[in-house]
Amino acid sequence: MALTGLQIYKLLPKTNCGDCNFPTCMAFAMQVAAKKVALNQCPHASEEARAELAEASAPPMKLVTIGTDHNKVEVGQETVLFRHKEKFHHPTGIAVLVEDTLTDSQLDDEISSINKLKFTRVGEEISVNFVALQHKSTTARDYANLTEKVVEKSDFPLILICKDPSIMESALKIAGNRKPLLYAATKKNYEKMASLAKEFNCPLAVYAESLEELAALTQDVKKIGVDELVLDPGSREPKTALDNLTRLRRLAVEKTFRPVGYPTIIFTGESDSFQEIIQASTYVCKYANIVALSAKTSWQILPLLTVRQNIYTDPQVPNAVESRLYEIGAVTPTSPLLVTTNFSLTYFTVESEVENSKVPAYICSVDTEGMGVLNAYAGDKWSAEKAAKTLEQQKAREKISHNTVIIPGLVAVFRAELIDEFGWDVLVGPEDAARIPSFLKNEWKGYMSKKEQR
Amino acid sequence: MQIPDVKQKWPNPINEVTIGATKEEGGTRSHTITVGGANSLPFLYFEGELPHPPVIALEVWDVAPKDWPEELAKYFSDVWDDAGKWAKKCVDEFGADLVCLRLQGCDPDGENKGSDEAAAAVKKVLESVSAPLIIFGCGSDEKDNEVFPACSQAAAGERCLLGSITEDNYKTLVALCKADRHKLIAESPVDINIAKQVNILATDIGLAPEDIVIYPTTGALGYGIEYVYSIMERGRIAGLSGDKMWAMPILGDIGKEVWKVKEAKALQKEVPEWGDHTQRGPLWEAITATVYLQAGSDILIMRHPKAVAETKKYIESLTG
Repeated sequence: MALTGLQIYKLLPKTNCGDCNFPTCMAFAMQVAAKKVALNQCPHASEEARAELAEASAPPMKLVTIGTDHNKVEVGQETVLFRHKEKFHHPTGIAVLVEDTLTDSQLDDEISSINKLKFTRVGEEISVNFVALQHKSTTARDYANLTEKVVEKSDFPLILICKDPSIMESALKIAGNRKPLLYAATKKNYEKMASLAKEFNCPLAVYAESLEELAALTQDVKKIGVDELVLDPGSREPKTALDNLTRLRRLAVEKTFRPVGYPTIIFTGESDSFQEIIQASTYVCKYANIVALSAKTSWQILPLLTVRQNIYTDPQVPNAVESRLYEIGAVTPTSPLLVTTNFSLTYFTVESEVENSKVPAYICSVDTEGMGVLNAYAGDKWSAEKAAKTLEQQKAREKISHNTVIIPGLVAVFRAELIDEFGWDVLVGPEDAARIPSFLKNEWKGYMSKKEQR
Repeated sequence: MQIPDVKQKWPNPINEVTIGATKEEGGTRSHTITVGGANSLPFLYFEGELPHPPVIALEVWDVAPKDWPEELAKYFSDVWDDAGKWAKKCVDEFGADLVCLRLQGCDPDGENKGSDEAAAAVKKVLESVSAPLIIFGCGSDEKDNEVFPACSQAAAGERCLLGSITEDNYKTLVALCKADRHKLIAESPVDINIAKQVNILATDIGLAPEDIVIYPTTGALGYGIEYVYSIMERGRIAGLSGDKMWAMPILGDIGKEVWKVKEAKALQKEVPEWGDHTQRGPLWEAITATVYLQAGSDILIMRHPKAVAETKKYIESLTG
C-alpha cells in the first residue's frame, strides 16, 4: 500500500535543507505521498529509503507474463473488487486441458478443436489463451511426448501441469523456451519446482489447500528467488472457490497483503458440459486470473469468452460501434432505413430487433461518441445535421430508392430539421426498440403501400 | 501463516419479500416464496447471512407465442394454447419455483386482448397450479393500466408480484397492490438513480418498501449485460450500506432477452462455427442467469427447461 506523508517523512534526512525546492522535508513528503513529485528530487534520500518506497509503491497484485514476447498472455495487476470502481485490467486467461493419456489421433483432434476456438464479436477477436498439458499417465515418457507434439502443433502459450519435478524437467527441456507456467509448487516439491522455474526463467504456480498455507508457501518460494507466481487455493467446487477467490482478491488489493499479491488460477471441478461453463463464467466474474477447463466445443466456449469480453469492458469508456450504414439481411433499395447512435448497446439492440422482424433493413449508426439516444441528444453529440452528413457519406442516396429515413421515437424533435437537412421524408419510429418488429411489419408496410399509391 | 481478516460486515440487510399467500394468509397457494434478507454480497456465506437462495420463475403467456424458436417450442407447443396447462407443465415437469404469467396477448400491437380475457388467464393459472405467481404486463403503460385492475382483483389476496411500475406510470398499480395485497416490480432503464426514484415515488404514495422488487432492466449475455451487472452490484452495495431505496431484492427477466439474440437462436446450419444450437441456446440462457446471480439477482424469469435445471443445480452448488 502507498505510504502516507508521515511515513515518507520518517525516511527523509529531516534537515529541511530545501534542495528539493520545498521549504521543509514534511512539505516534500506530502507531495511525494500525493505522487506529485518523485522521491529522487531529494538528493539526500538514502538507498534504504528509496528501496522501501519502491517496495511500497509496487502494485498490490503482481503482473505475471506467460509465454514469449511474440505470443504472451499477461495476467494480474488487478486493482479493484468491482469493475465500476475502475475497471478490470487483464482479462482472465482461459486454459484448455489436454492429457498425456491421449492417443496421437485423439490429440490431433483436440489440438485442432482448440485452434478453432476463436470468434469475432463486436469487431474484436476473442479466443482461448492457453493449452494446459496435464500429466495423468503412469508412464513418465508420455508427458515429454505430449509436450513435444503440442509445441509442434500449436502456438498457444502453455501451462505445464505435473507435480513430479523430474517429469517437469523433461518437458521443460522441450518447451522451456516458450516460457510456460509451471504448475505447481506444493509444500512437498517446492524446492525443486522453484529451482526449475529459476533455471528456465518461467512463472510458477503455487498450490495449497488453505490460504494460510498458500501465503506461507509463496514466501518459501520467494526465498529461492522466484517471484513470478500464480496462486491456486485448491478449491474445485464453486462454493469454496468463490470464497477463496474473493478473499484472495480482497487480501491483495484491499489489505496489500504481499504474500498473496499475485494472480490466481482455478480449475473447474465438473466434467458436466453445462456446469463446467457455469463455474468458469462465475470465476471470470469473481476474481480468477486464469481458469482451466476441459471444454473444447464452440457452443461451450463462445458464451464463456463473451462473459469475459463483457465483464472486462472498460466501464469508463463508452462502447461504440463503427459509424456506418449496416445491412441487415438481404437488403434491396426499397428496404427501410433506420438511423440510430453508435453506442454499441443501442446499436446491437436495434440490430437484434431488426433481425427479429425478419424485415431486411439498413441501419445507419451516427457517430455520437458512443452515447445512447437521449444522452447524445442532451449532450449535443448528435443533430439532424450530423445524421444527414453520415447518410451522405454512406451513400444512402445511391443505395436507397424510397427516400425515407426512420428516426428513433425518443428524438422525434429531429424530424423537421432532418427533412430540411437531407430532403427525404422522415418517419418517427418507436421509442422502445422492442417495438421495432411491429413497426416494420405494420407502420412501415402501410407507409410504403400508401406511398406507392401516390 | 496468519492472514488478515477480510470479512465484511454490512449494516443494512436487504428487505425480505414474500410472494404468494396460503389459505391461512388469505390466499390459495400451497406455499409461499420469500426472497431477500441477505446481509452480504451474493453467495458469500463465509461472512454473512443469506437466508433465502435465489428462485426461478418459468414464463407462461396468455396467448400462444408466434416467434419462439423450435428449441423452446418443442417443450411448450403442446400446452401453450392454454395458460393453465402451460403453467402446470412448468411447475410439475420443469420445477418452477414460481410461475410468471406474461400478458403478452394484451399487447396492442398483437392480439390486443381485453381485461376480461386477461383476468380469465390469471384465474386459470391460479386454479391449475398452487405455486406463487408473478404477473407481468405487456409493456404498454396504457394497456397495463387498463387490464391490471381486473387481473389484480381476480388474484386478490394471493400476494402476487405484479409488474411493472416505472417512473412515469406507477399510480394505478400501487393502488391495486395496496387494495388487493400484492407486491410490485419497479422497473428502470439501466439507471441506478431512476431505479431509486421509482421506489421513492411509489413509497411516497404509500407503498411499503417491503412490497417492492427492483427490476433494473435486463440485457442478454453479449448485449449490454455488463451495464446491468454493474448497476446491480452498485445498487446492492448501496442497499447493504444503508440506502433504504436500494435495499430491495432484484429481478432479472432473463428468458425474454436471451431468446431474442442470435447466439441463442441461430441454427447450427446457419452458423456452423458456433456449434450445436440445441445446447448453445439453453447454455446462453444459463450463463446469462449465472452472471446475474453473481451480480445480486434474487428472482430470475426464464424459459428453457434445461437452462432452468442447470441454473438450479448451480444455485444448490453455491448454497448447499
